[in-house]
Formats: sequence, structure tokens, C-alpha cells
Amino acid sequence: MINFHKDHASLVNVALVVFVVLSTGIAVAPANRMQHTDPLPDMPKMTDAQRRGLAVYVSEGCMACHTQQVRNIEMDKTWGSRPSVPSDYHYSKERPNIWQQSPSLLGSERTGPDLTNIGQRQPGAQWHLLHLYDPRMVVKGSIMPRYGWLFEEVDSANVKAGDVVVPIPADRLGGAGRKVIATPEMNDLVAYLISLKQAPLPTGVEPGKFLPSPGADGKAVKMTDADALPDGSAIFSQVCAACHQADGKGLAGAFPPLAGSTIVNDKDPTPMITIVLGGYDARADYGVMPGQAENLTDAQITAVVNHVRSSFGNEAPATTEDVVKGIRFTVSPETALGQ
Amino acid sequence: MNPRSIIGHFYPNTKRLRWPLTGTMLLSTSMCMAQTTKTDGWLTSPGVLGTMLLLVVVMFVAMLIISAKVDRILKASKLRRAHAVPIPDEVLMDMAPEQLSEVQHRRRTALLFKLSGNELGGIGPAFDDRALITRSTSEPENPLVDEKIYSGTRLDTPPELRKIVLWYLGAATCWLVFGTLVGQYLGMKFVWPDLDEVSWLSFGRLRPVHTNTVFWGWASLAMIGLGYFVIARTSNTVIHSYKNAWRAWWLINLSVVIGNLCLMAGINNGGGEYREYIWPVSLLFALGLILTFRNFYATVKRRKIPEIYVSNWYILASLVWTIVLATIGYLPWYQNGLGETIIQGYYMHQGVGMWFMTFTLGLIYYYLPSALNKPIYSYSLGVLAFWTQMLFYTLIGTHHFVFSPLPWWMQTVAIVFSVGMFIPVIAGSTNFLMTMRGSWSAIGRSYVLPFFLVGVIYYFVGSSQGSLQAFRFTNHVWHFTDFNVAHSHMTMYGIITFIMWACIYAIVPKITGREPSQMLVGAHFWLAFIGLFAYTVSLMAGGTAKGMAWIEGVPFIETVVNTRGYWTWRAIGGTLMFISHLIFAWNFYTMSRSSTATPAPTHLPTPVTP
Repeated sequence: MINFHKDHASLVNVALVVFVVLSTGIAVAPANRMQHTDPLPDMPKMTDAQRRGLAVYVSEGCMACHTQQVRNIEMDKTWGSRPSVPSDYHYSKERPNIWQQSPSLLGSERTGPDLTNIGQRQPGAQWHLLHLYDPRMVVKGSIMPRYGWLFEEVDSANVKAGDVVVPIPADRLGGAGRKVIATPEMNDLVAYLISLKQAPLPTGVEPGKFLPSPGADGKAVKMTDADALPDGSAIFSQVCAACHQADGKGLAGAFPPLAGSTIVNDKDPTPMITIVLGGYDARADYGVMPGQAENLTDAQITAVVNHVRSSFGNEAPATTEDVVKGIRFTVSPETALGQ
Repeated sequence: MNPRSIIGHFYPNTKRLRWPLTGTMLLSTSMCMAQTTKTDGWLTSPGVLGTMLLLVVVMFVAMLIISAKVDRILKASKLRRAHAVPIPDEVLMDMAPEQLSEVQHRRRTALLFKLSGNELGGIGPAFDDRALITRSTSEPENPLVDEKIYSGTRLDTPPELRKIVLWYLGAATCWLVFGTLVGQYLGMKFVWPDLDEVSWLSFGRLRPVHTNTVFWGWASLAMIGLGYFVIARTSNTVIHSYKNAWRAWWLINLSVVIGNLCLMAGINNGGGEYREYIWPVSLLFALGLILTFRNFYATVKRRKIPEIYVSNWYILASLVWTIVLATIGYLPWYQNGLGETIIQGYYMHQGVGMWFMTFTLGLIYYYLPSALNKPIYSYSLGVLAFWTQMLFYTLIGTHHFVFSPLPWWMQTVAIVFSVGMFIPVIAGSTNFLMTMRGSWSAIGRSYVLPFFLVGVIYYFVGSSQGSLQAFRFTNHVWHFTDFNVAHSHMTMYGIITFIMWACIYAIVPKITGREPSQMLVGAHFWLAFIGLFAYTVSLMAGGTAKGMAWIEGVPFIETVVNTRGYWTWRAIGGTLMFISHLIFAWNFYTMSRSSTATPAPTHLPTPVTP
């Protein structure tokens, strides 16, 4: 009979063996099983630039504040169209070299937004560059650090072909004729961030369900997008304000103002709805506007369009969901079927 | 009250009403935890189960106290009955009348007897015939607070052991000051994100510097240093190899220095919490642990008493487990894809549970009874807590990834065993509180015991709160919010750090013969305690408000802006904590200044094992 009180060897050995057995069962064996996944069929492989960008992401410790997992609960719908699946991490969570392990992307803290789908929400490189140069320039209340060391301020004469110039307002620069360009690391990081999009599941595979969040009245608390009349101002600050700013005034040289805009104030809502659905890249002095056809439902677009048309001093008549539906058929017929 | 109405009523106004609402928020949160989703299944909802469990715990504690009280009353009345023996009637019958009135008179006097209240005093002049008094004064040193009792005990410690203990503790103290300076700076960045734009000081790089420094620099070195004394003392022998003790000291310190420089230079292992040091750096730490284990084991092996004191169970096991843990955490073959995530949950939780908590429990089992000068309440409870700690703690890592793409069964196992953690936690905290029972008055007279009391209370509260936080229901509200940060400070700071301080204040004066200023120990205690309170309460309230706003679908950036006030309070609490660390560092310096004369040795009995 083992006497743990007097036999130090068996005490230590039993503690060791039981711990190793438990650890193998609860961690090592399931981990070994979980690491073998196939990529989703429509998932693009990571490019070299994206891989280097991921390395910058790891090196700067972005996962201290940003998660990359859409949980299967209602409140996480904001961050992706379906709950994350193990295959989503097929390319990104690989051991990069002998010194480092597979990046810990899922994270444990959302001091900043989840980034699973950031490439879908913010597809424009210009927005990312401005945001990383000074987050508070594009998002007023942000507490993200500035990443000035990944940019370079140079004389315009020294800007070479191929350099990515960041449209920083002149009063932020050291003098006339100065320009801010992104370092190669920054361009890689932005390439990585833009690549973050949820790949569609193979046809026939049902995505996991979002579990409703518990409320006290016996009903699940519904997110805005499922309600009959979505809140236009909430959608605006969630989707639009990052570029067009909370006050609708945009950012000179980067994002056009909505306040007083002729397109917004046009009595006919068609041009505005067309741009919201299909995007816009007709003006060299501003960044590219990504289309929102896949992001927002007709009801949501109606709500946000009406919000913009009646806020920031704009006074244009309201539109209806049917109008949006009609325009969607011409602008984005492939998404019209799902509505 | 439901989350919706709370948000509806309070959230839009929190900018204005935040301060008075902090308390209300917490209160209403706990109220809505008790209510739940669907009325038909409300009994089985995790929130209700958790609340009921807590009630059971409270009832258990109440019953313990009541049964102890009843036991005492019963014993006392038995004692009274045994003493009150009446004079038999026959004896009275045979008495002469004078004798009888004499008996009556004596009885009457006895019944009227009262203490005058000045039996031990007197009006005559006092003489100290045996020279018991060394100094007398009518002006106390502290006009503000009660004078505490100085511990007169001096332990005869081999100079090598004294030196190694002091150097481990000294290095730990330096890392505490550095690590929390970094933490304080990070806390300020939440309020002023534009404090600096230096890559080496940016939030993402600096955050792991804070956590790793206080983990591997402060707490680990302090534990090992205190452990050296326990191992030698309870084995009644000398340390096997002082040389290896020094080697481990260098390895661990080196690993923290190099690791932090790497992190600030942007070199990390992949961002998994608490394993941010790349493997060559962590290898130094692991080698330090291996050397320490061999040294401890060899010392226990050559002990001069047959039993292995329960402290050594915990200490040896925590070293073995942590060596295994570091190995599993860093080996590459199963860590691609979500394999890494499973290991991350396992590693970060075991790092806390198998290393810090287990080792610290071992230290309490020695230093608490020794500070109270009485044996531990129940040795068997300590042993039960030991085995359940191993069985349950090992299985709960995945509770950091509830609702994630990890297998549902793993999440469920983690949640179930998180509840199982109530067993070792209750066993441990009951054991410590029962050991303190009967010595409550000693707490007021000692500057060491308050640290123990806070540590033990936080052991119970922080750990059981952690178990409740693992539930799916609570994960909806709290996961990913600042609540997590509050929980980790409640445990790593409220439990581990407070116990470290208790042990340091308990042992260092006894081996160096130098007491710290009581005033400054008091200042240290209260600043740390109030600071921690402000820190955790503000983040819990802020985290709860944030989580409920997320459920409601409030735009993310609004929840960031609305948390600012809570972050300000956190920074204020953090400042108090940091100031207390500076005071502690000074106190440690005054206690450990190189003493020229070896203090006169007196022997303190090691805790008796029943």
C-alpha cells in the first residue's frame, strides 16, 4: 500500500502520472485531432504579402485587443454572417517558423472589434492606412494606439513610384511638400487585414445556428437587423461612420461628406441607393466606397438611407423598402434572391 | 429587472449617471442573473444554478459557524453541570446549627462575590524585579493607529539559506515594482491612448511585458524564495544544494529580462497569453524550475522526520506539474489550427492553477499556522484539496473558449469541472478560516495576519466567482469584456500577491531580526486593498455594462466610449496599488538591510501535524 505521507517518490510519481494522463486526454489528444482540417473550397490561399502582414499583426500584439472568432451566439452576428468553424483557420494558424508557434488568433479580449470579417466591413486600403496612422482621425472615440513607426514622412520629391501615399491632412505634417508613405510592413499588414473575410461554406452545408441571447422576459433578445424597423442611426455608426464620420462630414482628401451632398439631397433616392448597394469609385480625390449589397438587407438600407437623408442638415424625402428592392434587382441581382 | 430594461433605462444616461450607478449596476446585474430566459426552464438555467450554489456555499459556511457555536454551548453547559455538585442532604442533617449558619454565610458571600476590576492593578509603586521591561514611554510611536505586536521570535537560519531567501524575494520585489509600473502605464493608455508613439511602448507589445513580469518575475521568484525556507524548515534539514538555488535564480531572472526585451522589440511566440516568450527564453525558465524541483526533492528526501508535511506536497507537485505544462505548451506537434487554441486554454489556466495557486496553497499551509503559532485545522482537508485540485483544475482550460469553434463537449467538460472546483476551494478556504478561528483578536494585533485574511477571503470569492463565470449564461454577458481583467486581478493579486506579502512579512523579520515600520506596513496594506477594490469593482461594473450593451446590439464604438469612466477608476485603483508596491519595496529594504549582528536565535516550533 502506498503511503503518500511518508513516501516522497510515490507521491511525486503519482502526481506526475495522473497529471500527464489527464493533460493528454483533455489537451494534447484533442489538440492533435483538431489541428487537421481541410480548407473551405472557396477559401483563397494566403499570399506572401498577407503572411508577412500576419507576422506584423503578431509582432505588434494585435490579439491583445482583437479577437478573430464569431461565436455561435446572437450578439456575435455583428462580426460575421455565420459562426466560425475550425476550417476558417486552416491557412492562418500554421507554425510560421522554428521560433514561433501558430499565432493565437482567437483571442480572449474584445477591447477593439472582432476582425474575422474586417476585410468585408472595410475593404478599402486607404481607410486602414489612415486608421493605423491615427485611429482617432477616422474613429473619434477609438483608443487604439497609433502605429507611426510603420509609416515614413518624406518630401514629395522623394516619393518613388510604387510608394503608397497616405492622404494625411496637411496640418498634421511637418511642412508643405511633405507626404506620409506606408512602409512595406504596413502595406503587408493592410493586405492581411483586407484579406480577413469569412469564406462561404460549401453548398449544401448549413452554417451553425446563432443561439439567442437570454433576456428576462422569456424571449430571446433580438439584434437590430432582425427587427421590423431597424435603427438607421445605429447602422450608420456601425457601418458608415468609420469613413463618413459620426457627424457626416467625412474626411477631406479621404472620404466625402454626406452632409449637404447633392447625391444625398437629390429628391430621387435612386443614385444614393445605387451607390450604397454597388459601391462607388468615380472620384480620384476620395477613397473607394465598397458596395453594401452583401452586408445589409433591404430594410437596413432603407433605414440607413432615410437616416442620412434626414440628418446632418440634409432634408430629402424618405424612401421605402420596395424602392430599395427594385434597385437591388438591377445593381446586384445575385444578392436579390436571398432577400 | 431584465438586461433590456436596465440598458433602456440606464445605458443612454450612463455618461451622466455613471458614478452613482456603478453600485446599482452591479446590484441589478446580480438580480438579473437570478432571473432568466424561459420561465419553463428557468430552474435549470446556469445563472440560477450558480446563484443557488453560492447560496449553498453561504449556508454551508453558516452551518459550520452555527455547529461550532452549538458545540461550544453544549460543552460549556456540560462543564457547568459537572461542577455544580450539591451537598448531599444527609451531610446537612448531621450538621450543628453553627456549622450550618457558617455554610449558609459562606454560600451567601460566594453568591454576592464580584470582581472589583482592579485585581491586577494597584496604587502602590511598581517594581520590575526581573527586568522584564526594556523600554517604557508615554508617547507611542504611532499616534494614529494601534501599536501592533512585534514578533520577538528569531529563527536560527543558516546564513546561506537566509541569503538565498532574501535574494529571491529581493529580485521578486524589483520585478513587482517594474511589472506594475508597466501595468499602471497600460491602464493609463485606456484613458489617454496618445500617451506616446514609441513602438517599444505600444500597448500590444507592452501588455505581455506586464503579465509575464508579474507572473514569472514577481510571483514565481517570491514563491520559490519562500518555498526554500518551508522545504528546509519542515524537513528539519538543510537545503540540498545552494549552488543550484543560485543557478535557478540566475536562469529565471535572465529569462524575464531577455523575454521582456524580446517582447518590446516585437519578438513574441505567437501571442498566446502567458506564453509570449519564445521558446529559447522560456527554456531558461523551465531549466530554473527543473533545478528548483531537483533541489527541493533532494531536500525532502533527506528530511529528518518521517512525514512529508502537506506544504511540501503542494510545492513539489506544483513544480512537477509546471514542468509538464511548459513542455506541453511549447512542443509543436499538435499546435496547428485550433489545436493551438485548445493548448492555449489548457496552458493559460493551468499556469495559474497548477503553478501559482498550488504553490501558494503550499506556502499558506506552512506560513499561516506558523504565524498563528498553532497547527492547521485539518490536515486531511488539505490532502483532499490537494487531490481534487489536480483532478478538477486540469480539466477546465477550455472554459476560456466557450461558444468558440472548439468542440462543444470540451466546453461542457470545462464548465462542469469549473463547478467541481468548488470542492478544493471550499476545502482550502474552510481549512484556513478554521485555523484562524479563535485567533480573530490576533488579527487586529498583527500586521501579518490581515494580509492572510484578505488572501484567504479572495481565495474563496475569486475562485468561486471564476467558476460562475465559466457558465454559458454568464459568458454571454462577461466574456471578452473588462470583467475578465477584473477576475484575473482578483485572483493573481487578491490571492497570490496578498499571500506572498503575508508570508514575506511573516518570515523576513524572523530571519533578519529587522522589523519594518508598522505605519508603512499599514499604509501598504490599505493602499493595496482599497486600490484592488476600486480596480475590480470598476472593471466588473464596466464589463457588465459593456456585455449587456453588446447583447443589445449597441454600436461597438459607443461601448468603448462609455467604458472610459470605468477605465479612469481602474487607473485610479491601479495608482493606489502601485504606490503600495513602492512602500512594500521600502519595507522589504528595511527588513533585509544587511544586518551585521546575527540575531539571537530562539526556536519556533514547526506546525504540529496531527
